[in-house]
Amino acid sequence: MWLADINRHSLRLAAKDIVDGLSSIYIWPMLGWQEIRQRYRRSLLGPFWLTMSTGALIAGMGPLYGRLLNQPISEYFSYLAIGFVVWILISTVIVESCVVFIASEAFIKQIRLPFTVHVARLVWKNLIIFAHNLVIVALVLVFYRPTWNWHIWLMPLGVLLIAVNGLWLGLLLGLLCARFRDIPQIVASLVQIAFFLTPVMWKSSMLGKYEWSVKWNPLFHFLEIVRAPLLGGSVSAATWQAVAIITIVGFTFTLIFMARFRSRIAYWV
Amino acid sequence: MAQIIAQEIVVDFPIYGAKSRSLKNAFMRTATGGLLARDQSDRIIVRALDQCTFEMAPGDRVGVLGHNGSGKTTLLRVLAGVYEPSAGAISISGRVAAMLNISLGMDMEATGIENIYIRGAIMGMKPQEIDGLMDEICTFSELGDYLYMPVRTYSSGMAMRLAFAVSTSVSADIVLMDEWLSVGDASFAKKAQDRLNRLIEQAKILVIATHDESLVRNNCNRVLRLDHGRLVAAETLNARDAALSP
Repeated sequence: MWLADINRHSLRLAAKDIVDGLSSIYIWPMLGWQEIRQRYRRSLLGPFWLTMSTGALIAGMGPLYGRLLNQPISEYFSYLAIGFVVWILISTVIVESCVVFIASEAFIKQIRLPFTVHVARLVWKNLIIFAHNLVIVALVLVFYRPTWNWHIWLMPLGVLLIAVNGLWLGLLLGLLCARFRDIPQIVASLVQIAFFLTPVMWKSSMLGKYEWSVKWNPLFHFLEIVRAPLLGGSVSAATWQAVAIITIVGFTFTLIFMARFRSRIAYWV
Repeated sequence: MAQIIAQEIVVDFPIYGAKSRSLKNAFMRTATGGLLARDQSDRIIVRALDQCTFEMAPGDRVGVLGHNGSGKTTLLRVLAGVYEPSAGAISISGRVAAMLNISLGMDMEATGIENIYIRGAIMGMKPQEIDGLMDEICTFSELGDYLYMPVRTYSSGMAMRLAFAVSTSVSADIVLMDEWLSVGDASFAKKAQDRLNRLIEQAKILVIATHDESLVRNNCNRVLRLDHGRLVAAETLNARDAALSP
């Protein structure tokens, strides 16, 4: 079994990759910014083009689906706007995780950098885009202001937890996809399906007696930790527990995988 | 302390054809049992380096000679830490400057100055370190006001000057080069050679891969000859020859 090749030494190297990668604070933030700037250089609005298109989509979908689902428009609009913006963050990190190493082939084959650098760059880039999209959230909340409680202070923690989980997911998916080139296609379609199966456009309470089923959707919990505080609600203990378990299990699993296959990534890309 | 010790290092590239690179086949093999045994025998492997053993110590100027595809670049990449050998052991101590692709990471849309920061960061420099070297890099590149223009407006020679200026601004214990770097027109080339020689003189170990015998005679005191990934000869050159610069 491949597990036999894992020992304390290889585990330490895997952990070192993550620590060294994260502490390369002069590399990944710069590369993340550079990627965004590269895409929008010489355009007038720059990254705000993303904000514009997301905003237009929400503006169009809000009234339509509010009507279709028979929801009070003000409440539904803010629910959809926040959910959608968080969903973009989560889904883009998942989809781009698949190609994180494949796309960094030029770097990986020419220079020794911790592999975590490439993943941190990816997460950072999406956090920047998320920050731009927060303009939409702010705008919506100005018009439909919910009554906030102290849980609002947990919202940054929620974003941080999404980012932290993006790290292990990026390492794990990036590694698997470097080896098996079918996985990016599979993940892309799964994420598309997940959009409809996750309470982004609809609310879990609409499921009635089947409401419990969303608890088995990990993406729901990650949406909740950012969305619920912003809407003046509270995050349930079950959601915090689910996120904690996913974070711990995810990192453990990733560390084992990295210990075994980290040195192979350069050969696979 | 700069030192490289390689013991019987092997670099095997697995070649995943259309067949075994899809997940379906891996599942099928698992399902049919005997994954490891069949995996070992089914997989096509390119052995780029085969049981190479060598040591390099401070003062060594090593020329790696060999035909195309003999494993020179792969050896450099192992020394750069890009590939971890599939078998054998390698230990490298000292700061390595790998001049394998000096324009890696350059952004055509960014200005020359921005690219200096980008390249510098990739090579492991802090912004403050780059600030300290900035004047020197700018002066050396002779690009003047072009440094404030996007690199896409540069000629290819100008872009190379910039890449060369940044890449050679670091000091390192171990310098790795794939072929001798030469950039620019006649007058600049002379300047570039002086700069490169200075960098190499400061370095404790130089490893250069090439198929130019005379280059090696002029710059190196040791030769490693590769053929089909095997180390076929290791010679020490006459010190008198090595003292001469190109």
